[in-house]
Amino acid sequence: MKQDLLLFGALIVIVAMIFLLVPKPIVFSTTVSYLIIGLILLALIFIFIRTINGHFVGRRIVFLFVGIAVVLPFFMKIHQPIRVSPEVQTVYDSTAQLKPGSKVLVSFDYDPASAPELQPMAESYFRLCLEHDLKIIIMGLWPQGPQQAELALQIALADSSIVKKKLERGIDYVDLGFQTGNEFVIQRMGTDFRTMFPRDTRGIPYDSIPLLRDVRNFSNIDYSFNLSAGYPGTVEWIQVAVDRYGLKLGAGNTGVQATGMYPYLRAGQLKGLLGGLSGAAEFERATGKEGTATFYMLPQSFSHVIVIAFILIGNAAFFLGEKNKARKEQK
Amino acid sequence: MKRQVPVIITFIVGAVLIVSVFFPPAERLGENFSVFFDIIAVFAFFLGGGNLIRIHGNKIYRRQKDWAFSAVTLTGFIVMLAAGLFKIANPNGITGDVAATGSLFQTLYYNIFYPLGSTMYALLAFYVASASYRAFRAKNKEATILLIAAFIILLGRTPLGVYATGWVPESFSLLQIPNLAIWIMSSPNLAGQRAIMIGIALGVISMSLRLILGVERTYLGVDNE
Repeated sequence: MKQDLLLFGALIVIVAMIFLLVPKPIVFSTTVSYLIIGLILLALIFIFIRTINGHFVGRRIVFLFVGIAVVLPFFMKIHQPIRVSPEVQTVYDSTAQLKPGSKVLVSFDYDPASAPELQPMAESYFRLCLEHDLKIIIMGLWPQGPQQAELALQIALADSSIVKKKLERGIDYVDLGFQTGNEFVIQRMGTDFRTMFPRDTRGIPYDSIPLLRDVRNFSNIDYSFNLSAGYPGTVEWIQVAVDRYGLKLGAGNTGVQATGMYPYLRAGQLKGLLGGLSGAAEFERATGKEGTATFYMLPQSFSHVIVIAFILIGNAAFFLGEKNKARKEQK
Repeated sequence: MKRQVPVIITFIVGAVLIVSVFFPPAERLGENFSVFFDIIAVFAFFLGGGNLIRIHGNKIYRRQKDWAFSAVTLTGFIVMLAAGLFKIANPNGITGDVAATGSLFQTLYYNIFYPLGSTMYALLAFYVASASYRAFRAKNKEATILLIAAFIILLGRTPLGVYATGWVPESFSLLQIPNLAIWIMSSPNLAGQRAIMIGIALGVISMSLRLILGVERTYLGVDNE
């Protein structure tokens, strides 16, 4: 443990020194970026050749390459083509086509662990809603959800096109906070929102909030967007709010969870899906405002290539081992 | 009696919740029952907190291996609890929003909890890469198909897929990696997911019936009779 603490202390000192000594963010030129990419590819080819010659790499080397692949792209500026998929376009269209003043319910069902994937979606979605003069009702089935919402809201409200609108809390957007009870919260909201959220996060009674004056249950919501990282999340919203109360729902899910949402998407129970970081980047492209997700796509591309390369190297090692075994058996 | 009472409660609650879905007049009853869930959940919070203090407190008291990490856990728990309960440094005082801008709770959340949570999740990238390297092998036909599908999804979910097959003419657009990735997700993946979902649903129905009818009693801490 002493070693761990020492290592941790050394890391803090290094990070602090970089923070103090480097005056502005480092950005590699395109030539340097491509040079680094070339060096990484050469190193991978070298490992591949060594593996074929019977020298297998340890997992520390894999960790090192993943670390390099994730960190270095943050300093690069390479344009990447992003194509908007149909499910992402559906979320954009369903929201952008709503009339000004329509009410959108956004549920934040995730915690900081999933924020790198879901937070960019939340920021872009809020920006889109506020640009189209839609009224936002925020809530969360996860305790940390509403705080993630506040963080995204502050970023969206700071956008130059939104600042001009002089939006007010309680009139243009409201945060109802967290409520425990998982799918039972959704079920009770089907009858009356007030029973589950008697006050907003500032302690203002439900009936005193102008935005909520005409909102009793899901029938008063024009579109709903759920950001989910697990249970309770999109599946529960579909099973209760969509199937029982006919809510129109779109969703933003972590990459791991998104694969499980396609049956609901095909059945029409889900009106659009943003899957993982790539879904967030596609949504940014659809809204026309590139943000953190587009920026994070470069590290994601790098790390995916590294994973593919190491799977190929691992397979080369495997087949080589099988071949050697067969040769020995023949002898 | 010790076994019969919980079985009767389970039967009544289960039956009411099922009836409330299919019989509209009973809908309100079902909702009222669901409030009990909230009440139980509140006690679960207390139990969880108490358990955390007990386990880590014991570890520190007995100076067990890695007790210092337990001390960090308990300190974090107590500081966050105090910051939230007493709304320390909250600009609106004790009546203000627990996560108001400038409050200690919000400062700790955004500067400590948020980056730590993201870091823990980010570690997955290293383990996924290492596990793929060691375990993802084209040992047979099925494994090879899975491997190819994984490559297409990995490339199709990044702009690299667009780069790699951007030259494929539009008439053969299905062969472009991003479109192949979409096809894999919305056809073979969808079929597999549906099969799993239907299987799980059937399992849930049969298990629920066993619980409601009192056939399954392992949740009471006893073997089935």
